[in-house]
Amino acid sequence: MAPILDVTQLTMDFGGLRALDSIDFHINEGEIVALIGPNGAGKTTFFNCITGIYAPTRGQVTLQRPRAETVNIKGLKPNQVTEAGMARTFQNIRLFQNMTVLENVMIGRHCRLKAGIPGALLRNRATIAEEEQVIADSYHMLEKIGLSQYVNEFAKNLPYGAQRRLEIARAMATEPFILLLDEPAAGMNAQETQELDDLIIRIREEEGISILLIEHDMKLVMSLSDRIYVVDYGKKIAEGSPAEIKNDPAVIKAYLGEEIDA
Amino acid sequence: MDIEYFFELFLGGLTRGSIYALIALGYTMVYGIIQLINFAHGEIYMIGAFTALIVSGVLTLMGWPQLAILAIAALAAVIYSAAYGWTMEKIAYKPLRGAPRLSALISAIGMSLFLQNYVLLAQTSDFLPFPSLIPDFAFMEPISHIVRSSELIIYVVTAAVMVGLTFLIKFTRMGKAMRATAQDRDMAMLVGVDVNKVISMTFVLGSATAALGGVLIASHIGMINFYIGFIAGIKAFVAAVLGGIGSMPGAVLGSLVLGWTESFFTGYISSDYEDVFAFLFLVLILIFRPAGILGKADTDKV
Amino acid sequence: MLNVQELKKSVLTAIWFMFLTFPIMVIKVNTINQTVEWHWLRMLYVGVGAFALSFVWRYLIKRKEAGTRKEVEEGEGRVLLTQRLLQEPRLFRPIVALLALFLLIFPFVFSMYQTNIMTTALIYVVVGLGLNIVVGLAGLLDLGYVAFYAVGAYSYALLNLHFGLGFWTVLPIGAGLAFICGIILGFPVLRLRGDYLAIVTLGFGEIIRLVLENWNAFSKGPSGIANIPRPGLFGLDLSLHQSHIYIYYLMIAMAIFTIFAVKRLQNSRIGRAWIALREDEIACQAMGIDKTRTKLSAFALGATWAGMGGVMFAAKTTFINPASFTIWESIIILCVVVLGGMGSIVGVACGAAILILLPEYLRAFSEYRMLIFGVVLVMMMVFRPGGFISEVRQTYEFKGLKPSKN
Repeated sequence: MAPILDVTQLTMDFGGLRALDSIDFHINEGEIVALIGPNGAGKTTFFNCITGIYAPTRGQVTLQRPRAETVNIKGLKPNQVTEAGMARTFQNIRLFQNMTVLENVMIGRHCRLKAGIPGALLRNRATIAEEEQVIADSYHMLEKIGLSQYVNEFAKNLPYGAQRRLEIARAMATEPFILLLDEPAAGMNAQETQELDDLIIRIREEEGISILLIEHDMKLVMSLSDRIYVVDYGKKIAEGSPAEIKNDPAVIKAYLGEEIDA
Repeated sequence: MDIEYFFELFLGGLTRGSIYALIALGYTMVYGIIQLINFAHGEIYMIGAFTALIVSGVLTLMGWPQLAILAIAALAAVIYSAAYGWTMEKIAYKPLRGAPRLSALISAIGMSLFLQNYVLLAQTSDFLPFPSLIPDFAFMEPISHIVRSSELIIYVVTAAVMVGLTFLIKFTRMGKAMRATAQDRDMAMLVGVDVNKVISMTFVLGSATAALGGVLIASHIGMINFYIGFIAGIKAFVAAVLGGIGSMPGAVLGSLVLGWTESFFTGYISSDYEDVFAFLFLVLILIFRPAGILGKADTDKV
Repeated sequence: MLNVQELKKSVLTAIWFMFLTFPIMVIKVNTINQTVEWHWLRMLYVGVGAFALSFVWRYLIKRKEAGTRKEVEEGEGRVLLTQRLLQEPRLFRPIVALLALFLLIFPFVFSMYQTNIMTTALIYVVVGLGLNIVVGLAGLLDLGYVAFYAVGAYSYALLNLHFGLGFWTVLPIGAGLAFICGIILGFPVLRLRGDYLAIVTLGFGEIIRLVLENWNAFSKGPSGIANIPRPGLFGLDLSLHQSHIYIYYLMIAMAIFTIFAVKRLQNSRIGRAWIALREDEIACQAMGIDKTRTKLSAFALGATWAGMGGVMFAAKTTFINPASFTIWESIIILCVVVLGGMGSIVGVACGAAILILLPEYLRAFSEYRMLIFGVVLVMMMVFRPGGFISEVRQTYEFKGLKPSKN
């Protein structure tokens, strides 16, 4: 079966600096794939390139959408990528701080809704119905992610772990079929990480969403992933199952000094 | 095409450009350090000119020699502008260090509005004749129909200020601290740079150079009012952006380019729309080349 | 409370400000008559003023720091009295009813002069709310806002002059033209970063004003256009007094319409997108919101209200010239938004009332109007960036609907 996300020869230059060098990468339907590598290896740059925040210098990025035609998403704007069905979270939490938790999720629904300015002004039946539906959908999403007790809190007042989960809820609200998580466990304690592990599995099992994650917590990566890609200095140095990666000499060399505690 | 007319426009552009450069340097230094468009910078220039006017007026009545008046008036302008710049930073910008950029910009606009009206109320809204403090040199006589003595002084002072500032930034301890703060304020703080002092110093330096610009242009043109700072400030900002905001050589280059373009435009095409032209220039540059000639495009960190 | 340290600080501040304001406040040189006036008394005022204000300043800074620390510790902002008032319908409704009654009988109780001032304040409420969409909700600092105001005013003046079109015909046309101008100007500039956007819009605003000033054939230049008719009422002949009252009520209607419309917009899908854009542009895009379109809609809608306000302004004053549309006018409107509270409808209305009515009623202040506006901008940014009445986010009731899928 064809991969649902297919990246070929992705290259990104910043001035003279080559941040990503000819990366080949794919995700199959239903997979959880991890992207690991030392700090500054180019993992977040990779995310930014495939989600349209940076325009890659060279390479192809295609999405095989379920029950729809394949789209080439290179050169699309971030919102178009999200519309095409690939949503993301951010390493340094980027919630809408002065909006409520529910509103944050409602923003995620934005691209699936239609109401425009005339609808807002006239508040006709269709708009009211859509508005009620979006509130319901967002509320259910929060229940699913386990944040329903915070519905009307400001996002900035949430505890740290809950903020990370809200980022996931917000991305899920866009109805993606691929979810990109940028260091979702960063700064979490052991219990929160365990809950996150469960949540990611549930997202895959219950929603059928494929997941790509960047993560430094090796225990989480090894227990979750079907396949792992390793990058260093913008180059892909290894790919394979967790077991293969653990014993790969190139990976061990790249991480020398950093410990793989798995 | 008349070559002498061309030269006249060229030198006129150089004069304008030099003055813009003296103001643009302050803009660009402040922007480089705290990423703030100091909207009130033009007002500091205006305050410099007013201080010089007042001091020279008093000294003239007391019958002092012209050169002494020039020196004291310029010195007073520099000191007062620097003091105003320093105080302004303490009141309107320092409490807003961590705030969003737009808050600081709105505060700067408020400061600009305040200073303009402060001078308007304390002094007058009329144009005041400014004494021509710069004497006509004898050796300039043969070419005085093309370039006046005051213009020569403007070129010399601008060049000297440029050299001085470059030296200060490149070779002194303070300069090193300024460059470090511009690159990464938190990091600079961690390695022991007194960031507050550096920022204050930047305002003081920028304001002092703007004051020199104020004194020079006022005695060259011979008229000032409370509003001269606004247009000059906007134009200097255009120049700073044109050269790549945050870059000092860029500010000088941008100023000269703007000065010449303006001079040739008004000389050959139309003088009715001089200010329209400056604003058009501003709009076009910001839309098409916001990074300027020498600046690098900055990308948001994600 | 009052210790030597603080006293010393304040004395030093006073001396510093006396030094700072010495040449400009104290000495007035008349270069034509060759005379110098000395105003030593002013120096004394500055000293005393700076001494007193330095205490206030330190107190406010201390309170601000304590406030942020408290907020961090408690994990939530304090609920202010004004906000409680707004959230409690039992208190809120009678206040609104009283205010409505007061505004309705206003022209019959007070003089025509005062009715006119009230009309002006209402125009500022309308354009302030329009700018609030752009600055307060979408977070785009538009310093050329007054250009759209000018578009509205000049469309009424010119369309009436050349084609004899009446107020009611031009009101939608003016709004439409401002909307179109908003799109045309907004399109190239809205991809710029916040502070550059502010300067570019300033540039555009000044270009439009300078063109109006210089293009005599089109706009009659600096002398402006006079004898613009006041709005008609079914062809009735209104006396001057009656037509002023009529305009007053029109303005009330327009302000109510604006409040109503902005409130609906703010709590709609589009309004949420604006606020999200203000909060975090990159995250907003990553959530599937088209940045350009969302910004453009805010910019153009804001412009529409400026256009309507402009038509009203021309109809009210019956004379317009480019001098009414300088950058400083934009900044006054910005001041209205900032003082009241960015993003808050009640806040903007109060801001307009305070800033426009106060200088009119306290004649002594009117000279210092712009000076005070400058102080207001700085002080609000330093001490209360959210304005006096900060934005209240709507909370939603979950009505038990089933989710749309599965």
